[in-house]
Amino acid sequence: MLHIKCPHCGLRSQNEFSYGGDATIKRPELNKEVSDQDWDNFVYLRKSPRGKHLELWQHISGCRQWIKVERDTLTHEIFKTLKANEEL
Amino acid sequence: MSENFRLDKGGLINRDKKLSFKFNGKKYFGYEGDTLASALIANGVHLVGRSFKYHRPRGFFGAGVDEPYAIVQMNRNNEVDPNVRATEQELFEGLEAKSVNCWPNVDFDIGAINNFLGKFFPAGFYYKTFMWPKSFWYKLYEPIIRKAAGFGAASIKHDKEKYEHKYEYCDLLITGSGPSGLASAYAAAQNGAKVILAEDKSRFGGSLLTSEVTIGNQSGKEWAEKIISELKLMPNVVVKNRSQVFGYYDHNMLVMSERVSDHLPKTEKYIPKQRLWYIRAKEVIISSGSIERPIVFGNNDTPGVMLSSAAKEYLKIYGVLVGKKPLIFTNNDSGYETAIEFKKNGIDPIVLDTRRDPNSEIIKEAKDLNISIKSSYVVVAAKGYKKVNSADIAKISDDKKNISNIENIKCDCICVSGFWTPTIHLASQSGNKTKFNEKIDSFIPSQPKQKETTLGSASGIFTLEETLKTSFEKGNELSKQITNKENKVSIPTVVEKKSSNHDKFWCVPLPEGKNYKRFLDFQNDVAVSDIQLALREGYRSIEHVKRYTTLGMATDQGRTSNLNGLQLVSDIENKVVPQVGHTTFRPPYSPVSIGAIVGREIGKHSKPTRKSPMHYWHEKNNAVFVDAGVWLRPRYYKRGNENLFEASKREAKNVRQNVGVCDVTTLGKIDIKGPDSAEFLNRVYTNAWLKLPVGKARYGVMLREDGIVMDDGTTTRISENHYHMTTTTAQAANVLSHLEYYLQLVWPELNVNVVSSTEQWAGAAIAGPKSRYVLQKLFPDLNVSNEGLPFMGYMEGNLFGVNAKIYRISFSGELAYEVNVESDNGNYMWEKIMEIGKEFNIQPYGTEALSTLRIEMGHVAGSELDGRTIPYDNSLDGLVSKKKDFIGKRSLSKAAYIASDRQKVVGVIPLDKKTSIPEGSYIVKDAKAKLPNPKLGHVSASCWSVEYDNPFSLAIIKDGKNMIGQKLFALSPLKNKTIPVEIVSSHYVDPKGERVRS
Ligand SMILES: [Zn+2]
Repeated sequence: MLHIKCPHCGLRSQNEFSYGGDATIKRPELNKEVSDQDWDNFVYLRKSPRGKHLELWQHISGCRQWIKVERDTLTHEIFKTLKANEEL
Repeated sequence: MSENFRLDKGGLINRDKKLSFKFNGKKYFGYEGDTLASALIANGVHLVGRSFKYHRPRGFFGAGVDEPYAIVQMNRNNEVDPNVRATEQELFEGLEAKSVNCWPNVDFDIGAINNFLGKFFPAGFYYKTFMWPKSFWYKLYEPIIRKAAGFGAASIKHDKEKYEHKYEYCDLLITGSGPSGLASAYAAAQNGAKVILAEDKSRFGGSLLTSEVTIGNQSGKEWAEKIISELKLMPNVVVKNRSQVFGYYDHNMLVMSERVSDHLPKTEKYIPKQRLWYIRAKEVIISSGSIERPIVFGNNDTPGVMLSSAAKEYLKIYGVLVGKKPLIFTNNDSGYETAIEFKKNGIDPIVLDTRRDPNSEIIKEAKDLNISIKSSYVVVAAKGYKKVNSADIAKISDDKKNISNIENIKCDCICVSGFWTPTIHLASQSGNKTKFNEKIDSFIPSQPKQKETTLGSASGIFTLEETLKTSFEKGNELSKQITNKENKVSIPTVVEKKSSNHDKFWCVPLPEGKNYKRFLDFQNDVAVSDIQLALREGYRSIEHVKRYTTLGMATDQGRTSNLNGLQLVSDIENKVVPQVGHTTFRPPYSPVSIGAIVGREIGKHSKPTRKSPMHYWHEKNNAVFVDAGVWLRPRYYKRGNENLFEASKREAKNVRQNVGVCDVTTLGKIDIKGPDSAEFLNRVYTNAWLKLPVGKARYGVMLREDGIVMDDGTTTRISENHYHMTTTTAQAANVLSHLEYYLQLVWPELNVNVVSSTEQWAGAAIAGPKSRYVLQKLFPDLNVSNEGLPFMGYMEGNLFGVNAKIYRISFSGELAYEVNVESDNGNYMWEKIMEIGKEFNIQPYGTEALSTLRIEMGHVAGSELDGRTIPYDNSLDGLVSKKKDFIGKRSLSKAAYIASDRQKVVGVIPLDKKTSIPEGSYIVKDAKAKLPNPKLGHVSASCWSVEYDNPFSLAIIKDGKNMIGQKLFALSPLKNKTIPVEIVSSHYVDPKGERVRS
């Protein structure tokens, strides 16, 4: 079980969090023309990197904040955790 | 039966407490402090099981967790416990156990025929033989294999024992209480670190309990006892025996299984049988010690062949002789310790040493005791079927390739020592890249991946002096970094005998013309010939060889077999062992009971049970409940002998004719506040929200970004910047996370806050043509006329002294209101509604009637909004704004979504107007078409229409809008039904929706 440092609450066990996928995906802006391909990329296509991955987790059984976690998908090492509005 | 093999004195057992027990139905005696294994050996019982594949007789091989044979079925506390190691099971009064793997019994085993058919039972036998025909699997192969193989038989009864979980945090977790564990724990404890010291056995001290050493001025055992008693008194130290740390997971999370009550005849009230500890440790010290390796020789699985260290343990801890004519077969000095112990107890052992003229302090001691020693000698083969009665021994050449001078000597046990294998399982599980140490022919931990340090013999250090020194130092160093305190203890002086080098010898060659089975893996019956065959057949990777031969795949995880297997592969392949590499160790190190893994989260405790504030009223009024997510909801209220069908029909009918009341507390509720709330809702829902006036509710549908409907519900504008959202019961948590995602990550510029208020409100839906009369009497001061409180209107009122919120919304399709009060007042509200509604024939209705009402109205719900449908499929086109953007809108223009034959929700009526259509039925054009019959769609929900008194269903079918009026078939292969049906509009009752506005 991972040990994730919530930037708001501190170090907590994984079972307090739920996973939210790739944190680098940007939603296309509202009311803007989006090509089929760009939209499909946004909705469906995700990389599955072996190694560093910036991903979203929500501290559902804690502060309920969505946070960003930089984790190694191979070793599970967590390098950094960020608040929703912070960038790497 | 007398204990013929128990010494008159000695050992750590309590001779004042005699215990009786039964094995395979026969009664024996032992003492408190015995294991089942030691007590059986004391009684001369060596035949305890049959081997897995060949069903050869099996005795005892080890004295603890290393035991590959003596696996028994326990009967304790009226529960069956399969696959218990007799070497780990402590004896208690009345213990009952029996052998496994024997059919019909341990003495006469039909499966043993496999032994004589051995040459037809080679590696990969199962892969090769039982390939075809397929039907033979079910009829022939599987039943026979199941009966003949496998270990114990699991009970099919519910396990009444209690198991629990515990979460713990510590600075240092130390796995094993041998010299390295004790020294590092002691040093760390002195520095104020929070320490957990875990010992797998019942006694602390590990090798110190059986070794002849002096620490300071005490014996090893006395020193261990002193350290443990001091540690137990320290508030920062938790000392646990009978506790196996079996798994090393990510981020220094380790899991330990504590056998709390297995050593007792009964589990005490309020005490669990076993407890699973989840331990998050800042640092882990692996002090798991090492396990003796066997030397491979002919028939080395015969009962009576066992590890030399086990024989010593039976002597020193249990006062039990494993034999009276022992043969010790060793390639190192450890065998001599066992020999000396025998000699001291009046037994004359013979030592066969593979080395030529070995010399050391301990060998000198053995010689001084006149122990017979044959150097450059090996055991060629054990003789005897159910127990060793002699051994063929021989001289071995210096290059270890040739044997000569074979002779047979009498013996009743063969104690074998092939040097020591560090127990590196936990280090390997943590990700440590272990390395091969040539000096000890074993893998040892190297670069740690996590915060883990291996000490003592687990790290390949085999002298006590160095073990204690490094362990005291490491314990001090690691704890100091955590606590920033140092209270250094002095390292005691150690007196121990120096050992000479071991012989790199592990397998005795076969004598010419002999074809003895030489076993590597004793639990899975893998012999040298199996590995040779696998390699001949082209298997190269050790991982493949392992799977093909099942070497090391038994529950003992190859503790006594892995290295000899690797040696064999490397010899045949002409590679060095590190090139072959070892297979991956995975948790659990030792079997863990399913009960312990499940813990208390079993049955109804597997998830929380949520009850509405009106629950006890429902209970008192004969409600029959149904699980709705984690909620319990009344399904129907039983009157007299009514069944579900009759009761729900009565309830639904009463809503259509008079008035009913339904507990809707479970609906998800989210409070939304902030100046940008309207804009936010406008982006979340598919319809327009910017112009909703205060005091009005609106129905909305929200999508996922892929266009699929996520949830629906009504949201009411309570005041300028305050909204009250409702969600379905099932999706409440997901919707909240969804809203938080957009507010926190996508549109953080919106000034909106959301919070769950589900538990704050109790809700009652009052529905039916007479509902307005009830409402008027509940709120006499309010104008609840159609003008005063129109459809989708909202009001606040005072319900006999408590604040209430009134929403004119309808799920049943009738004139209806939902009244919410604070949860604490829920029951009060409910009773008032029932009291006032009496004169209008009010009846409570449950979820079954609720479903009936919404199905015949064609209101879509969870069974249509099933995570696969878009708004158009549900005829919700009118709710999809063309003007504004919203979550998921872009997806709705995908080709598949706008295809002309897109699926749609329709109504389905059986042509005979009698036969109910099972939910899940397929809709097909031709009932007799060749299989696979092309499927148009499926029936999503079924009810008995109370309006028309015939069955009615909803279905989602391809090209639904053009199917209205067609005659098709509903097929239910599960219920074996073929029903001719007609497709109709999904809005079966009141298609114009006039009633809700009346
Ligand atoms: Zn948090």
